[in-house]
Amino acid sequence: MSVIKIELAGVKKAFGQNQVLNGVNLKVPAGKSLVVIGASGTGKSVMIKCILGLIGIDGGSILLDGEDICHRSRRERDMLMSKFGMLFQGGALFDSLRIWENVAFGLIYGRGMDRVKARQIAEEKIAAVGLKPEVANLLPAELSGGMQKRAALARAIAGQPEVIFFDEPTTGLDPIMADVINELIISSVKNLGATALSITHDMGSVRKIADEVAMIHHGQIVWHGSVKDLDSSGNEYVEQFIHGRSEGPITLGARG
Amino acid sequence: MHTPQTTPKPFSLMLDFLHNTGATTLDVFAKAGEITLFILRALWHCITPPFFLTQLRRQLIDIGYYSLPVVGLTTLFTGMVLALQSYTGFTRFNAESAIAGVVVLSVTRELAPVLAGLMVAGRVGAAIAAEIGTMRVTEQIDAMTTLSVNPFKYLIAPRVLAGTLMLPLLVLIGDIIGVFGGYLVGVYRLEFSPANYLTQTWDILESMDIISGLVKAAAFGFIVSIFGCYHGFNSPRGAQGVGAATTNAVVSASIMILIFNYILTQVFFS
Repeated sequence: MSVIKIELAGVKKAFGQNQVLNGVNLKVPAGKSLVVIGASGTGKSVMIKCILGLIGIDGGSILLDGEDICHRSRRERDMLMSKFGMLFQGGALFDSLRIWENVAFGLIYGRGMDRVKARQIAEEKIAAVGLKPEVANLLPAELSGGMQKRAALARAIAGQPEVIFFDEPTTGLDPIMADVINELIISSVKNLGATALSITHDMGSVRKIADEVAMIHHGQIVWHGSVKDLDSSGNEYVEQFIHGRSEGPITLGARG
Repeated sequence: MHTPQTTPKPFSLMLDFLHNTGATTLDVFAKAGEITLFILRALWHCITPPFFLTQLRRQLIDIGYYSLPVVGLTTLFTGMVLALQSYTGFTRFNAESAIAGVVVLSVTRELAPVLAGLMVAGRVGAAIAAEIGTMRVTEQIDAMTTLSVNPFKYLIAPRVLAGTLMLPLLVLIGDIIGVFGGYLVGVYRLEFSPANYLTQTWDILESMDIISGLVKAAAFGFIVSIFGCYHGFNSPRGAQGVGAATTNAVVSASIMILIFNYILTQVFFS
């Protein structure tokens, strides 16, 4: 039986009257890549932000290595963050800092590492995601969307995280660049031996990077299984989603 | 036949009025509490390590050095106008000799700190709110948190410290430039004797006049930076959200400056 790295048990979150997460139960095995799929507005991003502690939960619990991480002090949460890496949908690079400073940001300001050593690590990571060395001195605005995603990936893996989160990693990229990012995600996760939790709409990406897939609908996990079983899941929500049909149990109204 | 019971119209209107008044009052208190907690949190991070000195130095330059032209021009022309206006009024009472005193007291006690505060609110408060608001909506603040860096330490504390430290310095320079503006008009336009003008200025000026202005400036610098940070940090999504945050930062800081100017004047001079 595989060891569970992250476990969500009955996680609930509402914004006013809008119940976004309605008792999410999910287990992410250590060293595996789990992808959560679901229509827009079903709570995928909120779920990741709850795990990261960026959004507080209303009920349930989130466990990392079997320990509750929801009721920690601010300082403990900051310490905990060193175990996490996150690739944001838009990259979220700091636009006033050069690329190497972005990649080294957590090392310098979060861990107090010497700037020279942090720069050296940043340059290694920039090379690891296939960017040229001269990119290190550019500002994010001087990079294309695909290059920004790569730089953001370099930043996410710079701190050698145990868990990496990917929020729509291929959104807005052309198919070739999307495949490059998928390959980088696979190699980065494999090289680090990390656990990966991704959310995406892109089925090509799902089939490429996932070991396991979970489907979220109405703030609940409605299916969870191996990526090999995705096409024969027998779940009407999964069937509709993976084939992109407008007819089915997922309606526009239900997507919020 | 059964007729449905309805609430009489005047009673219903009164209920609506009470409901709206109650909801608004609760909103105001909730917002006041939220701002107070934000201020306390910001203050805590200003006085506890780690300190990001590179950020502080950058903000000292951004907020202080780059605001100097705006504050200098504002106080220069204010001093000049004050001398001119005082002259047209005081000649009616043969009290021209009081012009130098009026200029120096008005500039040091009131006009330099208040006008510098308002100008910096427009320049710096808006910039802080827009920058932090954009970082909020593009998830840069979330990214910072995931990199184990507290945004209050890296973004808020340096700006609040820089605002509080630099505005008194700007006002001190503004005091000198404002008095110099009055001197220029007094000597070259109204043909006062330079020596007399300076003597009258020096004789009437007391250390408390300058100190009170500098204390006000520190308070206004804190207000401008904290409101810029607060509105930026809590910016709603989208370009419209950042625009609204910027407007709210400038408007709320300007109003608070005027309110605190009265309170501090009362404390110092009543």
